Amino acid sequence: MPLVRIENISKSFGKNRVLDGITFDIEPGAVKVIIGPSGTGKSTLLRCINMLAPPDSGKIWLQDTEITAPHTDLIKIRQKIGMVFQHFALFKHLRAVDNVALGLHRVKKMNRSDAYEKAKQNLQKVGMQDHGDKYPAQLSGGQQQRVGIARALAMDPLLMLFDEPTSALDPELIGEVLMVMQKLALEGMTMVCVTHEMGFAKSVANEIIFMEGGHILEASPPAEMFNNPRNERTRSFLHKINELYGESK
Amino acid sequence: MSFFAVLPKYLPDLAHGLWLTIALTLIAAALGFLLSVPLVLALLYTKGIPRMLARLFITLVRGTPLLVQLFFIYYGIPALGIRIQPFNAALIGFILNSAAYQAEYLKGGFMAISSEQMEAAYSIGLSKWQAVRVVIFPQAFRFAIPALSNEIIYLVKYTSVAYVIQVPELLSQAKFFASDTFFHLQIYFLIGVVYLLLIWVVSKLSDMLEHKLHIPGFDIAHLR
Repeated sequence: MPLVRIENISKSFGKNRVLDGITFDIEPGAVKVIIGPSGTGKSTLLRCINMLAPPDSGKIWLQDTEITAPHTDLIKIRQKIGMVFQHFALFKHLRAVDNVALGLHRVKKMNRSDAYEKAKQNLQKVGMQDHGDKYPAQLSGGQQQRVGIARALAMDPLLMLFDEPTSALDPELIGEVLMVMQKLALEGMTMVCVTHEMGFAKSVANEIIFMEGGHILEASPPAEMFNNPRNERTRSFLHKINELYGESK
Repeated sequence: MSFFAVLPKYLPDLAHGLWLTIALTLIAAALGFLLSVPLVLALLYTKGIPRMLARLFITLVRGTPLLVQLFFIYYGIPALGIRIQPFNAALIGFILNSAAYQAEYLKGGFMAISSEQMEAAYSIGLSKWQAVRVVIFPQAFRFAIPALSNEIIYLVKYTSVAYVIQVPELLSQAKFFASDTFFHLQIYFLIGVVYLLLIWVVSKLSDMLEHKLHIPGFDIAHLR
């Protein structure tokens, strides 16, 4: 059984149809990378999967729960789906360790000392154990993003969503975040990443999904996608990406 | 008799007036704040009747002169058969007035916060009200401190309006003194200085609060 089933979802903002009949499954342990031009609904798709932006039509299942059904307990669902944001979205008034402990304490109702113990373990996972007492403004972008990953991981999610996790970072900070993501993938975490880091996509993803105009134009394993894209649009997009970021190895 | 020869006799009255001024300010600021929180939450995070009521209240308070509000409470409400003391009438007026303004200042703080903060709060499973309480409000409040301390500074001075509904606060006492002794110049200069000192204290306290709640990232870094 897939971990997540996405069945024919559509969503519009006003007259703009951002998602137009998206269907795919996410198997446990899969790493899917979504690429495509900006404004084609990639971020919206991620926000549908954790119901931050519920689809207008179509259905999404997480295991055997239809999360798009009315009266679904979204608080329960969202704990199982971690999300990492483009601009990190750390709680700016809280130290790194508080950011990670908040959900454990307030949502999972762990007592304070257990929550902080677990928060520290998760900071360690992303190599941020020495920065727990710092506020977000005192951390570099790469460090903030790693705390963001730790905050999501601490909730023991079944699935992690990454919304352009490195696109707001200076080039020399991208590597540290990608390394954490790579490690997660190797540990078997199920991941859906919107990213233009083709090197990461090639080495880690099981499947690349190319989206445009609210549709999935092509979805295939990286080798196939990069060496032999079937769709003309995919080909020209990959070509542009290569021009921008250099041929990825 | 010189000004300084007659002043001691009136000092207890003036001190009492000062005390009323301080009491009016502090109580109105504190209770006004307590009221402003549900007001701004209703305004920003509810729909339908609660939001409508909050908007109506703020429109009424900000849309009418403070003096009209005080007259309405002090002279108007007794016409309905409810007796009300001058001090209490002034207090009610100032609390309601301050609540509306403080709600608007807090709103400014809430609007400074990016929508990603709420998304991030939801994404780890916080409910809407948990998110508002532990993620949004603490940040919004910090952004609003300068405006809120400005409101307290206004309040110190607005309390002098209470003299028109017979509250024997600082300005009233100065008026009594002036009409008894004809030392207009001296007494109004003196209480002007007293107001100035009060406001100096308020702004110092506000700086201290800002300092105490200071968090990296919430300062005006571009000034350094």
